[in-house]
Amino acid sequence: MSFRQPSILPGFGLTLGFSTFFLSAIILVPLAALVMKTATMGWGDFIRVVTDPRALASYRLSFGASILAATLNSVFGFIIAWTLVRYEFPGRKIIDALIDMPFALPTAVSGIALTAVFAENGWIGQHLAPFGIKVAYTWIGVVVALTLIGLPFVVRSVQPAIAEVQRDLEDAAETLGAGRFTIFRRIVLPTVFPALATGFTLAFARAVGEYGSVIFIAGNLPMRTEITPLLIVIKLEQFDYKGAAALGFIMLTMSFVMLLSINLLQAWSRRRIVAGAR
Amino acid sequence: MAGGPSKEMLAEIASRPGRDTVISSVVKYIFILLSLGFLAALLFAPLATVFITALSKGWEMYFESFKDEDTLAAIKLTLTVAAIVVPTNTIFGIAAAWAIAKFEFRGKSFLITLIDLPIAVSPVISGLVYVLLFGAQGWFGLWLQEHDISIIFAVPGIVLATMFVTFPYVARELIPLMQQLGNDEEEAAITLGAGGLMTFFHVTLPKIRWGLVYGVILCNARAMGEFGAVSVVSGHVRGLTTTMPLHVEILYNEYNFVGSFAVASLLTLLAVLTLIIKSLVEMKRK
Repeated sequence: MSFRQPSILPGFGLTLGFSTFFLSAIILVPLAALVMKTATMGWGDFIRVVTDPRALASYRLSFGASILAATLNSVFGFIIAWTLVRYEFPGRKIIDALIDMPFALPTAVSGIALTAVFAENGWIGQHLAPFGIKVAYTWIGVVVALTLIGLPFVVRSVQPAIAEVQRDLEDAAETLGAGRFTIFRRIVLPTVFPALATGFTLAFARAVGEYGSVIFIAGNLPMRTEITPLLIVIKLEQFDYKGAAALGFIMLTMSFVMLLSINLLQAWSRRRIVAGAR
Repeated sequence: MAGGPSKEMLAEIASRPGRDTVISSVVKYIFILLSLGFLAALLFAPLATVFITALSKGWEMYFESFKDEDTLAAIKLTLTVAAIVVPTNTIFGIAAAWAIAKFEFRGKSFLITLIDLPIAVSPVISGLVYVLLFGAQGWFGLWLQEHDISIIFAVPGIVLATMFVTFPYVARELIPLMQQLGNDEEEAAITLGAGGLMTFFHVTLPKIRWGLVYGVILCNARAMGEFGAVSVVSGHVRGLTTTMPLHVEILYNEYNFVGSFAVASLLTLLAVLTLIIKSLVEMKRK
């Protein structure tokens, strides 16, 4: 097989050449600089930086809070997507359009706004304070911010899958005496699951790297409420470029793994839908 | 089909068991309540807070915050950065989409993955890579210093970091759209003797224009709102290298809440406008 299949359309060389050049200049070369900077460190230095207790604490918060947020998003994202696809109610279209808001809204804005709402004197924070629940400036605040950021990814992944669920099958199951839970487990979940997994992974990937919305609500105490991206920024501010590069390398590797899993999940999800259509 | 419920529709409703039972309507209301409650706490309350705090000292103070010189400089810088980044990424997006959607070649899915990369990468990393390249201790740091060129802690760095972050948006909108539309019409135009550019402007562009509009608008919203990447490369020099989101942070940290939320309210309006255009585009497509 040759490099490309013949076509009478023009512009292949020009457009592919320009896009790969631009891609290399803006994305690939800078990322290579990060990898090379990390490579100039000795192995010992690298291990010391990335296993430093403060770094380990930051991974625990970043990954823990991201998994929690992506899980919350999977539950509520499914409920919201189901509501938007299956039910008619006033304002449904507006709500549907607003789901993308966290994606379009600058992260700094969501950060200060969430902090204002969940601070001890905020609209929601003041009702939680009597129960001893502090959200702003604790790890719970980090989870709240990451949940908001990840929500559109789950809802938008799951919505088309719910629309795909064959109602005939649900009805058939019901006439055959299946309960609601059985119908959900045996008919809805198998169709929606790959999309839900994709949404979870997308939300998680976005949450792990998130910076803007978190730093306002987190309180940023070392060892307690300090996320990994913030630790990178702190190292840069101290002109510790190598340390920053090492932590950046860890996060970049994570991103690659996430991207790969997202691609595999999407391929799986497509196969399921095609197989179901047959 | 116009008019009231058709015979088929009534037959369909009659044949569906259990749709209108008490339990199913209870489930329905629980789902709607849970959805709205979740969104109210996480999304609607924060959005309302932005405007209520910005206006907490009255409209006069609200408009007063935009007379501040540094705020104006931040707005101007944000517009400048977007004016450079958005057209560049649009041209890239169109070129990449043409190559990927119109031709079959080896390594195509790998190329798509690389284009998506900035979405999976932390914004902090997007800034960090340019500091490692162009910063004082970076690969080109010494050379740039000798030639008196500043990229990091200056506008070029902000432009580059923003370009990195918003790189995929136009291409991601166009690739699936152009793949779905197919090549037949373009091939017909070329066979009839139209040139490449003519084919693009007269055949392809009219078909993809709404997708293009949304891609550009989304790219613009992300470019104007980018915080993490820009924060790393900006150096936070008030009035010189602070974009609007960075200015929000500076004012917030100075406890100037009215000023901070006033600038934030502009960015929120931009996001609302983006979503309105998105909805319009989706209506046009149907």
